[in-house]
Amino acid sequence: MVSTGNKAVAIAVKQVKPEVIAAYPITPQTEIVEQIAEYVTTGELKSRYIPVESEHSAMAACIGASITGARTFTATSSHGLLYMHEMTNWAAGARVPIVMANVNRALGPGWNIWAEHTDSIQERDTGWLQVYVSTVQEAYDTTLMAFRIAEHDDVLLPVMVNLDGFALSHIMQSLETIDLGDFIPPLHLPHAIDPKNPMGYGTLTGPDEYFKFRWEIERSMRDSMKIIQATEKEYAERFGRTYGFTEDYRCDDAKVVIVSMGTLGKEAEVSVDVLRKEGIKAGSMRLRWFRPFPKLDFGSKDVVVIDRDYSFGFGGVLANSIRAKCGIPVYSVIAGLGGQEVTYDDIAGFVRDRRIGDELWFGVEPNV
Amino acid sequence: MFEVRIHSRGGQGGVTAARLLALAAIRDRKYASAFPFYGAERRGAPVVSFVRIDDKPIKVYSQIREPDLVIVLDSSVMDVVDVLHGLKKGGTVVINSAHKPNFPGYKTYNVDLTDIALKANLVVAGSPILNTPVLGALAKLGLITAASAKKAIAEMFTDERNIKAADAAFQEMVI
Repeated sequence: MVSTGNKAVAIAVKQVKPEVIAAYPITPQTEIVEQIAEYVTTGELKSRYIPVESEHSAMAACIGASITGARTFTATSSHGLLYMHEMTNWAAGARVPIVMANVNRALGPGWNIWAEHTDSIQERDTGWLQVYVSTVQEAYDTTLMAFRIAEHDDVLLPVMVNLDGFALSHIMQSLETIDLGDFIPPLHLPHAIDPKNPMGYGTLTGPDEYFKFRWEIERSMRDSMKIIQATEKEYAERFGRTYGFTEDYRCDDAKVVIVSMGTLGKEAEVSVDVLRKEGIKAGSMRLRWFRPFPKLDFGSKDVVVIDRDYSFGFGGVLANSIRAKCGIPVYSVIAGLGGQEVTYDDIAGFVRDRRIGDELWFGVEPNV
Repeated sequence: MFEVRIHSRGGQGGVTAARLLALAAIRDRKYASAFPFYGAERRGAPVVSFVRIDDKPIKVYSQIREPDLVIVLDSSVMDVVDVLHGLKKGGTVVINSAHKPNFPGYKTYNVDLTDIALKANLVVAGSPILNTPVLGALAKLGLITAASAKKAIAEMFTDERNIKAADAAFQEMVI
């Protein structure tokens, strides 16, 4: 079939059958919740759909439902995600395995509805796992895997599946759906509310206990690496498609590697082919999992990082993550903010003109 | 890679035409992607949508700047939009019109999709449906097979008038 990125997410959600979906529409995520609402209305999906009055309430409703042991899903974008921020922290702290699709969109003002990663990047410290996808098929496959990973006993943390606004949410590509079988077992939440076994929830927690809870989040975040790997492996064996923490393209013998996330990472593969024809040994590494952040090794390769985000007064967040985790200087390119058009020729240009250690604001300023 | 730009007005089904073309190409066992340009367009405003078709997976997400083919579903947009902008030298234009415009340097074809839709009574909310008949014209060009054009239409629409109109466009367009 042919599907948009948004519809691919909705189809995956229909197959996973969450018991509760609470969501509020926002451009460019709207098609996801419209489609799910239609599935619920027609009875194709027997979920309780709660049309809440805000994103804060959407996440709160998902937390409330999830803590009873119900599988939950929501979707948002941009300002909707920011409005959830208090509750996204709560979801991770309460260890509820909510799956959320976030359609990456720039933050206002100026008012802008196009792709940028700063919305989800601002959620990076909440305790949510974050994955960034680049094709309609990957949006579908990853949404399915997200439930399995989030709900695993060794994880029990929420997962955010990120897809670029319009560039991926609204593009139509071929989609192959799978027969899910028993790939996603029923959710068993060990700390679910049970009226027969009353416990205290949300009570005041002293420093010692609180500190342990924080460590438990981090420990599960680290453990999730193994669960992500195992889930991907089983998915590949059963359904024939695999992605990994990073999607590496012609990196093995590369002298320079382009690191990026989302659809720009696919466009970068075309740049690599262009550069290779010119004799420049380039490779592309598309980072998929941003949290947990995987171990990356670039050896002596030059690294060009494209950030579709920015931390003002500090730098591109992906570039800084790689500088910090790998202890190497990079050429940091800030590009694609607010849906800025970035072509494979542009990306090839970043590589040709790279100045390791510098930062480039594409289309705005020369190297700064 | 073969790149297509479709000109229409908001609400005329240009996006669906792109989707149908991509689906037909996929049914021909090719790779395809279709996407609209999203701006501040509204119903009735000139809009564009794009299709890429290739034998390999398509990794390019940026907009199409130099299409191989331009499709004009509503010739009135030509008053306000340069539909030939960026069109490759020797590229192709398919226009919904009873008259063949003179575009020197381009292969130009015309077919009266509006008349075909009206004759097939393919009208929704007072507007003729152009996006299913245009597939017939594209099959005539050889961009997609006629069988896949019909398959794509049948997958998205149950009303048989759509396929009849596509057949009519296939017959009527002179190449």
